[in-house]
Amino acid sequence: MKAADVKFDLESKRLSVEKPKARFDKQGDMSDAERVQKAMANFSKDFGTTAAAYLDACIHCGMCAEACHYYVATGDPKYTPVWKLEPFKQAYKRESGPLAPLYRLLGLKKEVTAEQLEEWQHLLYDSCTVCGRCSLICPVGIDIATLVSMARHGMYKAGLVPHELHAVAERAEVDGSPLGITPKLFEQRLEWMEDEHEVDINVDQEKVDVLAVMSSIEIQKYPDAMAATAKILNAAGESWTFRTDGFEATNFGLLSGNLELQKKNSMRIIETAIKVGAKLVLLPECGHAYMALRWMGANIYGKPLPFKVQHISEYLADSLNSGKLKVRKVDKSVTFHDPCQVSRRGGATQAPRDVMKHLGVDFREMQNGGDYNWCCGGGGGVVTIHRADELRYKVFKLKMDQVEATEADALLSSCANCRQSFDDAQNHYNWKYTAESLLELVAENLEDEA
Amino acid sequence: MDLLDFARGPALQVAIYVFIAGSLWRILGVLLLQRKPDHSEARQSGGFRGALKVIWSRSFTAPAFAKQTKYPKILGYILHIGLFITVFFFVPHIVFIKGLFGIGWPGLPNNAIYFVGVVTVAVGIALLIRRMTHPVLRLISNFDDYFSWLVTMLPLITGLIMPIRFGVRYETLLAIHILSVALLLIWLPFSKLAHTYFVFISRGTTGALLERRGART
Repeated sequence: MKAADVKFDLESKRLSVEKPKARFDKQGDMSDAERVQKAMANFSKDFGTTAAAYLDACIHCGMCAEACHYYVATGDPKYTPVWKLEPFKQAYKRESGPLAPLYRLLGLKKEVTAEQLEEWQHLLYDSCTVCGRCSLICPVGIDIATLVSMARHGMYKAGLVPHELHAVAERAEVDGSPLGITPKLFEQRLEWMEDEHEVDINVDQEKVDVLAVMSSIEIQKYPDAMAATAKILNAAGESWTFRTDGFEATNFGLLSGNLELQKKNSMRIIETAIKVGAKLVLLPECGHAYMALRWMGANIYGKPLPFKVQHISEYLADSLNSGKLKVRKVDKSVTFHDPCQVSRRGGATQAPRDVMKHLGVDFREMQNGGDYNWCCGGGGGVVTIHRADELRYKVFKLKMDQVEATEADALLSSCANCRQSFDDAQNHYNWKYTAESLLELVAENLEDEA
Repeated sequence: MDLLDFARGPALQVAIYVFIAGSLWRILGVLLLQRKPDHSEARQSGGFRGALKVIWSRSFTAPAFAKQTKYPKILGYILHIGLFITVFFFVPHIVFIKGLFGIGWPGLPNNAIYFVGVVTVAVGIALLIRRMTHPVLRLISNFDDYFSWLVTMLPLITGLIMPIRFGVRYETLLAIHILSVALLLIWLPFSKLAHTYFVFISRGTTGALLERRGART
């Protein structure tokens, strides 16, 4: 399957490739033995102190199941988070750990097989959004989500990424953007938004303080977010720009486990930011983009980044708190869906709450909301995978209950991927709530907006 | 040399050596692996403070998970506290430790220790039943889980039957008790029982990594 053959379904509520008639869930021309060998070799590249400390500490208490939306929604024990790591764990115990010779000698851990890896593709990709809720319940403090991301590296090298996720990532490799957005198309859509919203949008300026980037989900599906970002940065009096040579914030390298692509994607933004002399890279409403650049970017760059990185909600909170931006009061009750990678995993949980305080909305926190929020079910690349749809809808019921219990008028979020997962499930269930953008709500209510 | 001399002498000595060497091997085997520096700009201080915070805080369940984990958590607490009390507050144990290291402390009355011991074994059995019947635990459990359970329970059980004797010589029972402790010491570094120390390394790692992000720990 070539990237050029990938057809997108842009009419769908969620963006992915068209539902494949024939699935290609194995990539590359490798024998089973080669796949196993590749997986093992690349699993072991991740066995540093962090992974080893975690894998050696697990006491098989099974509590992580109780935090996982897949287990809670289905009751199927195979969705126990630590079970999703079984081949990764086997590789560690048998091949790399300090007791590996003993494990091999006594046969305490079986060898990983190709069939097993294929089976685990479903567990490591279709049924894990890397939301990290399980990491919070583990009594020995294992950050299970980190281990799942590591295990995906080996799966990618073994050519065992689900069809759609691989296709989207391939497209990102070729086009620089996963949903077929070329620099030219990006520019056209910016021009369209400029006319539609009568807002000045800065593009390709040479030297600026703020480099704004976008998620291709927004560019394709929620283009108003581009206008909203421009309105806000204009109102705050920033020197800023979008750049056609570095606009894509999503990172399908991170989601699929393709480390080279992850690096390439991050470096494109980093190099663009350095080129324009940016002091701040402003990330859009996208969860994994925040994880990829805010917390992993510098480590990919190999040294501290010469600029700050903020999620748009953090920027809004800072600007509203400092008085740089002012907003009109909004008279409605709202609840907020925290994107896992921004809040629970990223530490920016307070920012949207500050923003909502300035908006004066009647904010209704979900029960076990904030950092203990149920995931939208579409993170980690899951929303792209067609065969995972039924399971995703099932899991989404937990989220529906959590939202409905607040009886809020509106549901806000600050992640385009969460929003499209909500849109798709809303369509499936004919649900009354639409996940709206916090950024757009602020932009619509800027005080100096005539 | 009779059985008791063997148990108290070479058996226990070898067990202690294996325990120390095995533990060092296992801990260093983890700590000496590659550790990548984190260049991201910290939101707040993490590092050592974060590690200590999570080592402490993860002993308690977050309210969001309290209901689902109540039963195993309560049993887990009783098991660990029970083991601690029976090992370190039984007067003959304290006398034995004083003989080895020269330091002692006040113990608890024997009847109190027997009571705690019985409760701990009962809880151990409840946890074993849970492991054998709960679908999640059945799926993820392996030989290590069951053998470690046995090796942990044996010193408790052999200790508890000593006052009853069943017509067996006291010295023989004591020798069996000591041998069961030797087995525990030998098995610990090579099994899940090594969570005795890995719990601190694992929680500390998470604390150091996530606290600096200001993420939930």
